[in-house]
Amino acid sequence: MGKLLAIVLVIIALASAYPIVTHMFVPPVDISTHGHAIDEQLKDTMFEAGVSFVAAQLVLAFFVWSFTGRKAGSPLKNFPGGARVMVIAAFLLVGTEILALGILGQKAWATVYFAPPKPDAIQIQAQAEQFAFYFRYPGADGKFGTIHPDKIDEGNQNYFGLDPANEVEARDDIVSGELVVPVNREIQLLMHAKDVGHSFYVRELRIQQDFVPGLDLSVHFTATQIGKYEIVCTQLCGLGHYNMKAYLNVVSEADYEKWLKDQAAQ
Amino acid sequence: MAESSIEPAHIHAPPEGFIRKYVFSLDHKMIGKQYFGLALVAVFTGMILSWLMRIHMVWPAAKIPGLQFLSSAGAPGGVITPEYYLSLMTMHGTLMVFFVLTNAPFAAFGNFFLPIQIGAEDMAFPRFNMMSFWVTFTAWVVLMLAFFIPDGPPIAGWTSYAPLSAVGKDAGPGMQYGMSLWGLSIAIFCIGSLLGALNFIATTLDLRAKGMTLMRMPICTWAWFITSCIALLAFAVLLPACILLILDRHAGTSFYVPGGLVVSDRVQPHSGGSPLLWQHLFWFFGHPEVYIAILPSMGIISHILINSMRKPLLSSKVVIYSMMSIGFLSYMVWGHHMFLSGMNPMSALAFSFPTLTITIPATVLTLIWLGSLYGSNLQINSASLFALGFISMFVAGGVSGFFLAQPSIDIYLHATYFVVGHFHMVMGVASLFGVFAATYFWFPKMSGRMMNETLGKLHFWITFVGTYCIFMPFHYLGLIGNVRRYQSFVDDFMAPYIGWHKFITICALITGAAQFIFLYNLIHSRFKGKPASDNPWNATTLEWTIPSPPPWNNFGDKHPIVYHDPFQYGVKGSKGDYVMQDSPEQVVPASGD
Repeated sequence: MGKLLAIVLVIIALASAYPIVTHMFVPPVDISTHGHAIDEQLKDTMFEAGVSFVAAQLVLAFFVWSFTGRKAGSPLKNFPGGARVMVIAAFLLVGTEILALGILGQKAWATVYFAPPKPDAIQIQAQAEQFAFYFRYPGADGKFGTIHPDKIDEGNQNYFGLDPANEVEARDDIVSGELVVPVNREIQLLMHAKDVGHSFYVRELRIQQDFVPGLDLSVHFTATQIGKYEIVCTQLCGLGHYNMKAYLNVVSEADYEKWLKDQAAQ
Repeated sequence: MAESSIEPAHIHAPPEGFIRKYVFSLDHKMIGKQYFGLALVAVFTGMILSWLMRIHMVWPAAKIPGLQFLSSAGAPGGVITPEYYLSLMTMHGTLMVFFVLTNAPFAAFGNFFLPIQIGAEDMAFPRFNMMSFWVTFTAWVVLMLAFFIPDGPPIAGWTSYAPLSAVGKDAGPGMQYGMSLWGLSIAIFCIGSLLGALNFIATTLDLRAKGMTLMRMPICTWAWFITSCIALLAFAVLLPACILLILDRHAGTSFYVPGGLVVSDRVQPHSGGSPLLWQHLFWFFGHPEVYIAILPSMGIISHILINSMRKPLLSSKVVIYSMMSIGFLSYMVWGHHMFLSGMNPMSALAFSFPTLTITIPATVLTLIWLGSLYGSNLQINSASLFALGFISMFVAGGVSGFFLAQPSIDIYLHATYFVVGHFHMVMGVASLFGVFAATYFWFPKMSGRMMNETLGKLHFWITFVGTYCIFMPFHYLGLIGNVRRYQSFVDDFMAPYIGWHKFITICALITGAAQFIFLYNLIHSRFKGKPASDNPWNATTLEWTIPSPPPWNNFGDKHPIVYHDPFQYGVKGSKGDYVMQDSPEQVVPASGD
């Protein structure tokens, strides 16, 4: 039975590694300027974790194979060097990994969260609610109208609770169900939650950020490829959570300007 | 241990009558069995809930016969609705984390064996002990009530993030009374666990037999002791967190709810609270909880491996110190659940490093287990198979933690199936492998009968292979960005991967079905199993020095005296290759060691 366990362990180790080695499951093509660093980090970690996983399973299999079913009274042996070797090995192996991945990897985190957006970044406000995303562009004046929770009226499409009758800034705000952005321009997304917690996740952008009610959060990114990508909610927000999505539409600079004009004309 | 004229609290009269013997028992062994029974009911409930979820995900139109009687709104005609899927998920997580992973490895086996392993007659406070169980039982009843009320169980997940959990019925079905029952249940559960943890600590520190120094305690006793220290601090934070949640829901306070929220077209009458407060309090408990689930299993499988290898570990001390460091570090890492929650990005770095560092003691443990196998005479039985399976599973679930500990990678993998695969493997299945190993190993002592080995091995093979078939693909699906907590795979890119989810569902059905082999084995052996001797595994610790099952006061009128470290295997003893802890004979090393 010990030998069988050893064989099963080897099969499990190899079968688990197979889809990784053959790239059966890989993240979609990265369309951001910062995603490359995250992907590299993921690759490095996959290599180190994968090697550790397979090695540990193979060693376990080898020892189970070798030391089961021995003749009764077979002399016991201790691993050369004993516990000391194990402790030193753990500190060296894992310590190096932590230094390599932990410290170097912070660069990828820093590009997303520590570097402030450039001054010319386009500001767009994203509102998450049960169970939709809405996006607001400030319009020609470059200023967003104030949000009035009591004025929110979904039936009349006043998703943000704007008050154009009394506020000049609110009058030219453009509200859209789709996030339309120009390619290769930095976008600063100002995140606002209307009701409960939500999250903004675009796999291709390598961006995920929670919407937290009561907190003004923002993320910034630059999309580098024209196309349409899914925006999904990844924070459990209620019964329609699975169906809460929108699209990110990355267009050329000219198409973006035209789209803004069309929206303003409506 | 000091003699005094007052009768110590832990000495009590033998139980008389059915009620005092089986229901309101003061006997730690009966209480341990009660916890085990409760965990057993909870784990099968939780497992069937996971079946329903898995079936609904891949065959959404499937009719589950009879389910409409449980919830006519949630499953009209037996077809699960999207919101009922979230109810099932919430209850699955809550049952498994609290009533299975906290109860089974820690409260059940710890209660039964910790006092015996240190040579005590009972727990330090038997009445508190009885109360811990019945409080925990009440918590379970309150939680289960949610299935039978009109608006059904809550849909906020086992983490119950505010404000979804705090604003009441506007948040959706199940969020009125169901959510309140959840909060109440968990608050009650915290009280039971706090009492239990205190009892474990007092017992370990005060009731050790003569000669039982701290370093002579078996590794699993150490694991239960360290776990109780973690539990004492963790549940002490979750309890007030739940109280604040209940206040927000029913007393009009605003701890977790900021102003200006519009839920279901209604401006919420709250202002000034912070959703992050709940997250901080919850995860300050939540991450140590992971170690409350797995540390006992680490101790248990160390104990069982030593017995099966017929030799001690390379170093018990290093194992104990590693478990202590894991316990200590477990309090500094809760923020890794919140990298993307909007807290200051600097703090992500502060939480990431201790998280990565926890890999060091975990790796030390793994290397010690692996290195100890070298040169042993490994005996294969159901218990040791599950112990070896634990190591394999712990490594698998551990390495995936290395991804999630890094905030930059978490940006992509957070809230995907990668996370689900990770914690199911390490906190869920690895811990349960410890529980299975413990059951096969200690059942003879608990019941006086042996379990069926053939069925035990069959149970192992299906569970071991099945677990990998279920949770490895979870990791892969996470890599492509498959989001968790979705009742249906509506994202465009998911279409080609539905086949994988079907495969997972089929594996889950088979692996789950194999658990009924375990249940049958358990019940059948309890009544029809081969009678067990006092020491069927030729083991060395104190529980094997007394009859199977032990008398109500464990050691009769004797007071055991301990002469040795717990694991004197591979020596020349009068009985064979081992010397028991209470044997005064000198330990002579076997030749060739």
